[in-house]
Amino acid sequence: MQTTFPRLLLEHARRRPDAPALREKEYGIWQTCTWAQLEQLVRELACGLADAGLRRGQHLVIIGENRPRLYATMLAAQALGAVPVPLYQDAVAAEFVFPINNAEVAFAVAEDQEQVDKLLEIRPQCPQLGRIWYDDPRGLRNYAEPGLASLDALIESGRRRHEREPGFFDAEVEQGQPDDVAAMFFTSGTTGHPKGVVHTHRALLDRAQAGAKFDRLTEREEVLAYLPPAWIGQNCFSFAQWLACGYVVNCPESASTVTIDMKEIGPTYYFAPPRIFEGLLTSVMIRMEDAGRFKRWLFHTFMKVARRVGPARMAGQPLSVADQLLYALGDVLIYGPLRNNLGMSRIRVAYTAGEAIGPDLFTFYRSIGINLKQLYGSTETAVFVCLQPDHEVKADTVGVPIEGVEIKLDDNGEILIRSPGLLKEYYKNPQATAEIKTADGWYRSGDAGFIDASGHLKIIDRAKDVGRLRGGAHDGAMFAPKYIENKLKFFPHIKEAVAFGDGREKVCAFINIDFEAVGNWAERRNLPYAGYTDLAGKPEVYELIRECVEQVNADLCADEKLAGCQISRFLILHKELDADDGELTRTRKVRRGYIAEKYQVLVDALYAGRTSQYIETQVRFEDGRTGIVSADLRIADAKTFPPMRRAA
Amino acid sequence: MTAAVATAMRSATMPAEPASAPATPAHAQDAPAARRRIGDVILDVRNISLSFGGVKALTDISFDVREHEIRAIIGPNGAGKSSMLNCINGVYAPQQGSITFRGRTFKHMNSRQVAEMGIARTFQNLALFKGMSVLDNIMTGRNLKMKSNLFLQALRWGPAEREEIEHREFVERIIDFLEIQAWRKTPVGRLPYGLQKRVDLGRALAMEPQVLLLDEPMAGMNLEEKQDMCRFILDVNDEFGTTIVLIEHDMGVVMDISDRVVVLDYGKKIGDGTPDEVRNNEDVIRAYLGTSH
Repeated sequence: MQTTFPRLLLEHARRRPDAPALREKEYGIWQTCTWAQLEQLVRELACGLADAGLRRGQHLVIIGENRPRLYATMLAAQALGAVPVPLYQDAVAAEFVFPINNAEVAFAVAEDQEQVDKLLEIRPQCPQLGRIWYDDPRGLRNYAEPGLASLDALIESGRRRHEREPGFFDAEVEQGQPDDVAAMFFTSGTTGHPKGVVHTHRALLDRAQAGAKFDRLTEREEVLAYLPPAWIGQNCFSFAQWLACGYVVNCPESASTVTIDMKEIGPTYYFAPPRIFEGLLTSVMIRMEDAGRFKRWLFHTFMKVARRVGPARMAGQPLSVADQLLYALGDVLIYGPLRNNLGMSRIRVAYTAGEAIGPDLFTFYRSIGINLKQLYGSTETAVFVCLQPDHEVKADTVGVPIEGVEIKLDDNGEILIRSPGLLKEYYKNPQATAEIKTADGWYRSGDAGFIDASGHLKIIDRAKDVGRLRGGAHDGAMFAPKYIENKLKFFPHIKEAVAFGDGREKVCAFINIDFEAVGNWAERRNLPYAGYTDLAGKPEVYELIRECVEQVNADLCADEKLAGCQISRFLILHKELDADDGELTRTRKVRRGYIAEKYQVLVDALYAGRTSQYIETQVRFEDGRTGIVSADLRIADAKTFPPMRRAA
Repeated sequence: MTAAVATAMRSATMPAEPASAPATPAHAQDAPAARRRIGDVILDVRNISLSFGGVKALTDISFDVREHEIRAIIGPNGAGKSSMLNCINGVYAPQQGSITFRGRTFKHMNSRQVAEMGIARTFQNLALFKGMSVLDNIMTGRNLKMKSNLFLQALRWGPAEREEIEHREFVERIIDFLEIQAWRKTPVGRLPYGLQKRVDLGRALAMEPQVLLLDEPMAGMNLEEKQDMCRFILDVNDEFGTTIVLIEHDMGVVMDISDRVVVLDYGKKIGDGTPDEVRNNEDVIRAYLGTSH
């Protein structure tokens, strides 16, 4: 495919000049920008940037929320053959220093005063950062910084340049080639510096089009752009696919109005990470609890119907007439209004990705008639690797490899990907590039997984965390701690879980109960408790958690590869795992190694077959003081199941 | 193509003009007075005395307010701060003294007159219409600016409709300014206190005032809400050039954002000057901290 993003813009503007390209809610009213208007804006911005000295191959940093003029700036930079580098708008100033210096960035476009302040703060460390433009002038009128100007001024200078040199812009666009670098995205990088992922027009567009073809996206889609534009997912949905399909991207009024704006726009194509779907569901449930008794009864009755009938209906299976009627009634009374309230009435395709989504959560949305699916991809693969086809959606897989993608598994279970959407390189980091890209073009994803019987990819863990059981009945079986922990955490009563088993004969786990949920459960049962430690040690609570664990075991045994991962023993920790105690990272991921070391006695007790173990733990309170928590922890056994043999 | 790359490489190593010497960011916040031009005296309060029966609320108070400045009135509980504001606002009629606003001197004023002259206020214990939306509450601040008659307004017809659109546009700018878009249609009674305070400020701004009187804008707020409110007060002052007179309890806040401060204690003025002058004033320290003999 021989095109670039700016060429696509010109084509849309020529073919359907008056069709809406972007909308933004301003002062309470949705303002539309047509393709023709957008083309003019991009033209003027590009001329202005060229006038300011931006040249082919140079980088331009863009920092801000989803704003039409920032998207136009990306296009303008690409039109000149320069490379836009979107950065996370919620990062602290110091985090900008590395990307800006790494790419020798001399030009930046910032959304508002907040971002300008951050850039000015790091200017002494980035002396080459000569020019900064801002979109929203509020509060910036009296800044007398050299090289700081408004985007309006840039557009004005571009207009004059365009009058002087009318053919300049078109000639620049003409010079751009599909294999030129289109954009660079910095990955967060858990260790060391972030890495700049370099993508060409060809790679981004190829994946955008493959994704669009897979879901039959048209120019009539409506998309709400509300996630950080620096994240490649948002960039695909509201930039690459936007230009590939020519649909409308809508920018919310502010971060706090997203739910309202979503209701007004009614997007047809939607993306959100699991936590957003979870937040929405929680707010629905809380509001339902406040509703009158009749409404509550109606809601619960029909949600039961939805849970029973919905998934089969979405999978396109035949339903009995009675179920069809019942579901139709529920649709009129509950599901329809609910979808409308969530702003999801018109959704044709919704995706979630980024982390594992709980089956209950996933099924809730599907059962009320929202076509929620999962996808798999990363910054390095320009997102689209695997997608779930309509009617073939499962909560625990991420779909099938789409057009152009080849997948194979490494010996240790790591997923290798070959696709036209792979990154060109990590910017100025050939060593890191060599680590993830093999000589024959495969990309090492770092994820472990496998393809299930129906051809769907299943992700189980990060490859480096996957281990093997040693000795015992399941010698050599794969051990995927995060997969097990996630399964446990999907239960509302379990807040955190830590699984052990690498190099051991069986799997054991620590459980952290969710104090609120379990406390609530105990109160409803008139079960008195003194506090967290007391509640965690109750035999009734152990019973409750045992049921969860055995449920997980039953799930695991259905899976040939993971049947050995069943949890044979567990204990409930006497304190909550906490980032202040170093047990979790700041983003709430369990630090398995540290926990195993800290609670060595407990791990030993689990494997030694003891039924209880005394432990004292030092805890750090929020004000920095420390104290000792001690408890005699019970250790419980859980039933495991023999692996099920799949009927051939 | 190679030529283009070569050019790119060359210019990549040389930062584009204008040459950017590593500038020390002269943050605007550091010197609030420097970025606004503080003008002449706009409001002059002379020898005001106010008593309720035998209780002397204010005794011979004089101070002035200059255009575009942020002027604070502080003092311990019962010092007469709110009474002072109520005198300026025309709610109370002082027994003695005069108030001069833009060269016109008044013995006392009535509230409507004050509003028409361009003095708006917010209230310590909020006087919003709880059942009305944020939008409608702020819209009431436009009341004095509406010219069409009640009958046309009720029918929303002809000139009334045009007028409404015009005012709505203005109100939307305030909503945008105060960043309360998400609650535009929410009844005010359902909002947390800090947001209600912001709506109260919005309604006062809707009058396009020249002078804004703020009665304890930070009272009852948590730290984050206080910081937000401070920012909005500074922004109002900066963006619209509105002169601000504010009463506040919280010394820290006042000292950070005010240009000049008047200190009252038991109805008398015990200090007047820049925050630094006031901070070092013996009488002020005594009034706030008490003396130990």
